[in-house]
Amino acid sequence: MGAVEAPLLATARNGRELVFVGNGRWLAVQGRGLEGSVDAALAEIAAAPTESARIDLSGVRGFDTLGAVVLDRLIQALEKAGVRFQIVGLERRFRPLLDEIVKGSHENPPRARHVNAVLGGIQLVGRTTVATAQDAMALLSFIGAVVAAMLRVIVRPQTFRFTSMTYHLERTGLRAVPIIALITFLIGCIIAQQGIFHFRKFGATTYVVDMVGILTLRELGVLIVSIMVAGRSGSAFTAELGSMRMREEVDALRVMGFDPNEVLVLPRLVALIIAVPLLTFIGNMCALFGGGLVAWIYGGISPEIFISRLKEAIALNTFEVGMIKAPFMAAIVGLIACMEGMRVGGSAESLGAHTTAAVVKAIFLVIVVDGLFAMFFAAIDM
Amino acid sequence: MHAELDTPAGRHEAGDIAPGEPIIRVRDIVVGFGDRVILNGLSLDVMKGEILGFVGASGGGKSVLTRTILGLVHKRSGTVEVFGQNIDTLSYEERRQLERRWGVLFQQGALFSSLTVRQNIQFPMREYLDLSPKLMDELTIAKLEMVGLSPDVAEKAPSELSGGMIKRVALARALALDPEILFLDEPTSGLDPIGAGEFDDLIATLQQTLGLTVFMVTHDLDSLHTVCDRIAALGEGKVIAVGPIETMLASKHPWVSAYFHGKRARAAGIVSEGAR
Repeated sequence: MGAVEAPLLATARNGRELVFVGNGRWLAVQGRGLEGSVDAALAEIAAAPTESARIDLSGVRGFDTLGAVVLDRLIQALEKAGVRFQIVGLERRFRPLLDEIVKGSHENPPRARHVNAVLGGIQLVGRTTVATAQDAMALLSFIGAVVAAMLRVIVRPQTFRFTSMTYHLERTGLRAVPIIALITFLIGCIIAQQGIFHFRKFGATTYVVDMVGILTLRELGVLIVSIMVAGRSGSAFTAELGSMRMREEVDALRVMGFDPNEVLVLPRLVALIIAVPLLTFIGNMCALFGGGLVAWIYGGISPEIFISRLKEAIALNTFEVGMIKAPFMAAIVGLIACMEGMRVGGSAESLGAHTTAAVVKAIFLVIVVDGLFAMFFAAIDM
Repeated sequence: MHAELDTPAGRHEAGDIAPGEPIIRVRDIVVGFGDRVILNGLSLDVMKGEILGFVGASGGGKSVLTRTILGLVHKRSGTVEVFGQNIDTLSYEERRQLERRWGVLFQQGALFSSLTVRQNIQFPMREYLDLSPKLMDELTIAKLEMVGLSPDVAEKAPSELSGGMIKRVALARALALDPEILFLDEPTSGLDPIGAGEFDDLIATLQQTLGLTVFMVTHDLDSLHTVCDRIAALGEGKVIAVGPIETMLASKHPWVSAYFHGKRARAAGIVSEGAR
């Protein structure tokens, strides 16, 4: 073998005949080089039309699908130009592969079209509007289906899946206690610290007790717990139901005569509605404890003073306002998570999109509903 | 004659194997999960250029062996050599080089659900080859047509495809880099008999045109009968019989005998009625 490597495809003229001489390894790894030399050959054909051509491939040592596709390009161009040509020297074992490629359709279906940015933007607005309306409708019809399932269960209580409910209660309630306790404790600490730091300027340090008490019991306790539950259990519900849908498990339930809402959604929803108020209570206590601890260490308010001050600052209704909201928040998180789970399509991407949507929508709605509650309680003077 | 001409695609890379020599050499493999030992001292050779059918009872460890060879399952002891290289001692780069020389068709297809068919097939090409987009498209269409699909499947998402089409697209993806070894995990399961027959023909044709070595896990007696050069039977964590179909028929092992002389085997025409 010579030291200088022969080009993959060389073009020469032999009188009125074009001669292409192929050499070396016509393999995928040579992709760019091979395509370049074939395109050069195509340019040659276009520049100086001839009547006949010869493709000599006796020097080709390796040949794979890519080699065949590239050679096919040359063959197509020659046929199109109406040139008589013959292929010589191609090893027999490479022949079936070439035949396979040459007999292909040579179509290339267009890729999905990209619209321009402005038009795309308008389209997006339209699509989002429609999707939002559809979302609202879907939520409404899902609530209807779940309520129907609930009524059926109320009529025949023995059909309620109690075991499943306790399992979800443990997962969403009991197992969430440590993290909820830790986070609400820290929030209580932070509120107390900030309160003391700023109230000190007015010499009103003891008012920090009012602030911690009212803020956590009325608003923050239930909000923090709901948001935590949306992120922790809501996402899990969506992912579980979504993957069950992807693997046709939900369909299997349906054809066996079970209502998936009754079997899958209701136990989760009931578990959440029980768990969130309990977690809210635990969260409230931990936040008060955190606030009291910081007030004692940082603000010099002794526990006795803190407690007696707390008794004056808050009434039972402060506590009730927070607790009343808890089951509603649970229902929002549970319904949205289960609804999104039931809407998962076939792909992994869809599962991710719906899980994200479930958490984002749940947190958004929790905050909106909290605002509505605030207006409502103000109106009834509670 | 030049040595490199002897290899099917004329490739000249590390670990070239002459035809008829073992391209995969499995020795004394032990694989288990927890207390359960699945493969217990299994040894098997896959020769270059052959189609080897691998049979065994359900849950017997056929897929486990495939996954062990591919390095997806951890083995307790034993060695796996592919292209003459021990897969455990390869560096990261060597392993990458090896992995681009085999293609795998998973049982469920394992197409990337967030990519279109075209993107699925081009995925390995983008990673390993330096090709222009135009050439990559041409190559993709060529692969699709090779596996018997029309080019307009290219823009579809995997969720829009039927089971048989998913298998074909997955095969096209497995063939994207023109591999030398093709692993097929139950390629005809879930296909109707006509579709399965076509798939068998397809594999035989591809094996001839591309000079592939095929390692096929299958339950399909028709496939075993029509396309496989050799068959290996798995039992009790070992290979209990290996050879062409005649060897299987002559085997005295009760499981192998039951498998190849059963009612279904008769229906597949492997043994004639009444010949026992």
